Amino acid sequence: MTSATPALRVEGLSRHFGSLKAVDEVSFEVAPGSRHAVIGPNGAGKSTLFALVAGALPATSGSVWLHGDDVTLLTEHGRARRGLVRTFQHSSLFLTATARENVLLALQRRHGVQARPWGAVRRRRALLEEADAVLERLFLHHRAGQAAGALSHGERRQLEVAVALATSPSVLLLDEPAAGMSPADTQAFREIVLGLPSKVTVLLVEHDLDLVFGVADRVTVMQLGRHLLTGDPDEVRASDAVQKAYLGAEDTSELFVDEEGA
Amino acid sequence: MSATSSGMTPAPAPVRRPFPVRTTVLVGVVVLLLALVPWTFGAFTVATFTRALVFAVLAMSVNLLTGVAGMPTLGQAAYFGVGAYTGALVAIHWSDLGVLQLVLATLAGVVAALVTGPLAIRGRGVAFLMITLAIGEIGFSAAGRLDSVTGGTDGLSGIPPVVAVPGTEGLVNEGLIYYYVLVVAVVAYLAVAMLLRSPFGLTLRGLRDNEGRLRAVGYRTDSYALAAYVYAGGLAALAGSLWASSQRFVAPGDLGFEVSALALLAVIVGGVGSMWGACLGALVVVFTQDYLGQLFSGHAPLLLGLLFVLAVYLLPKGIAGGRSQWRRLFPRERSQEDDEAVTPV
Repeated sequence: MTSATPALRVEGLSRHFGSLKAVDEVSFEVAPGSRHAVIGPNGAGKSTLFALVAGALPATSGSVWLHGDDVTLLTEHGRARRGLVRTFQHSSLFLTATARENVLLALQRRHGVQARPWGAVRRRRALLEEADAVLERLFLHHRAGQAAGALSHGERRQLEVAVALATSPSVLLLDEPAAGMSPADTQAFREIVLGLPSKVTVLLVEHDLDLVFGVADRVTVMQLGRHLLTGDPDEVRASDAVQKAYLGAEDTSELFVDEEGA
Repeated sequence: MSATSSGMTPAPAPVRRPFPVRTTVLVGVVVLLLALVPWTFGAFTVATFTRALVFAVLAMSVNLLTGVAGMPTLGQAAYFGVGAYTGALVAIHWSDLGVLQLVLATLAGVVAALVTGPLAIRGRGVAFLMITLAIGEIGFSAAGRLDSVTGGTDGLSGIPPVVAVPGTEGLVNEGLIYYYVLVVAVVAYLAVAMLLRSPFGLTLRGLRDNEGRLRAVGYRTDSYALAAYVYAGGLAALAGSLWASSQRFVAPGDLGFEVSALALLAVIVGGVGSMWGACLGALVVVFTQDYLGQLFSGHAPLLLGLLFVLAVYLLPKGIAGGRSQWRRLFPRERSQEDDEAVTPV
């Protein structure tokens, strides 16, 4: 794992809000092609860490490396152009545009035609076919012509991933993709994550531990803004420190139950 | 979840689309009807139609920013003014050729928008609205004070009749001026329609819907906001040049706050985001002001206020805002939706 350049490396990353250290000196690596999850109790700093990695929030100190390049000073759109693309915890879509157009917006940027003021989008055969292929991968092809605002919650979560995937990311950041999903939706979403192209590295911040342990091959645990542990799912599950972080006690009976409601 | 239910849903919509016959026929019919105006009405009405068409181009410019890109503006009169004065100055000092005036006026509007745009797009929503309002006011007072260029509050008169086709006489006949304006307005409409269907048009709608997401998929969104501002500035200036050619007089009053406000009113009445709606809204506003206003002896502002209130209450989405609100206004015995609603499940 140490031989190859990590797809994503976070080094001494900190973000302070006044005296609050939301993220404090966090360092870890994500191997290429990995399905890497970040978990932690509420207030652990997961969301802040996510925003720092995506570039939505500037870091107080520390650095973010993408395939060996320092991207700490790049803006969010600059990182996206380099292949570090995020999804949003609360579906963030183009609601008056159709599902297909949502994907097309990502595709046309990748193809460099987003500023072209001539030629109808709907006549660009190659783009449309690619858009439909992305929708099909996320089981949304039958909803392609529907406005994103008319989709169900679960479908919006799928479209959320479709839009990110259409940019052809090398590292895909998923921000609590299962938030607000029914168990059935979460189960289906698990299949989607497992079905993502293997060359795409996935960093997943997630509350739903069933989903995390169902898809992740590496898990990073955070607590109170600090990095607690990075390891295989089995190591994390067996760790006393992790159980203490979640429960503050030895009792582990509630660990994998109803994490979301907290 | 759809992953399991896809078997029950209809097949995906076909990617290939036929040529839009209906739209083309509709546009053709409307243009034909507009072409008949000089044969049907008297000089005063034709002149009102001319003003309405110029105003429609300005309304399209406002709508491009407000309705399509989601940046509500009150400053487009400034670029309208830049175009009007540029067109007038070119006509007076250099050439009475229409095409030349239009091109140079549009370029002047583009340059003006490029210079002032970076300031305006620093804000969004109400902040943007306020900055554009300030730009509009600056344009208005500049026009009144730059005596040597604009003629100050006296305005610029003595604009020679515009020559539409090189080698022919200048247009003085009210009907011919109307045709000149109609042709340019239709070309502008088609250009805007093409822009809206293009990748850039989709980008602008994305900017309106969700700028944050656009950034997250790699767009430098400020660049596209500025681009929208520049396109809209050029379009407003084109309208200004038409104004100079058709009125043959330009004064600071032509780019006052009222002009921007009325253009925004036209967009709201017509239906925010819809270009034909904006054009129709411009027609309604100009005729309310110039025609009904005269019938009711100078109460045009009152009528416009009434129009605005009626539009917001009865047609909140504007004339082009969809059939449902019209159906609510004029209920038929049983609409299709009612049928669906009462079907027992």
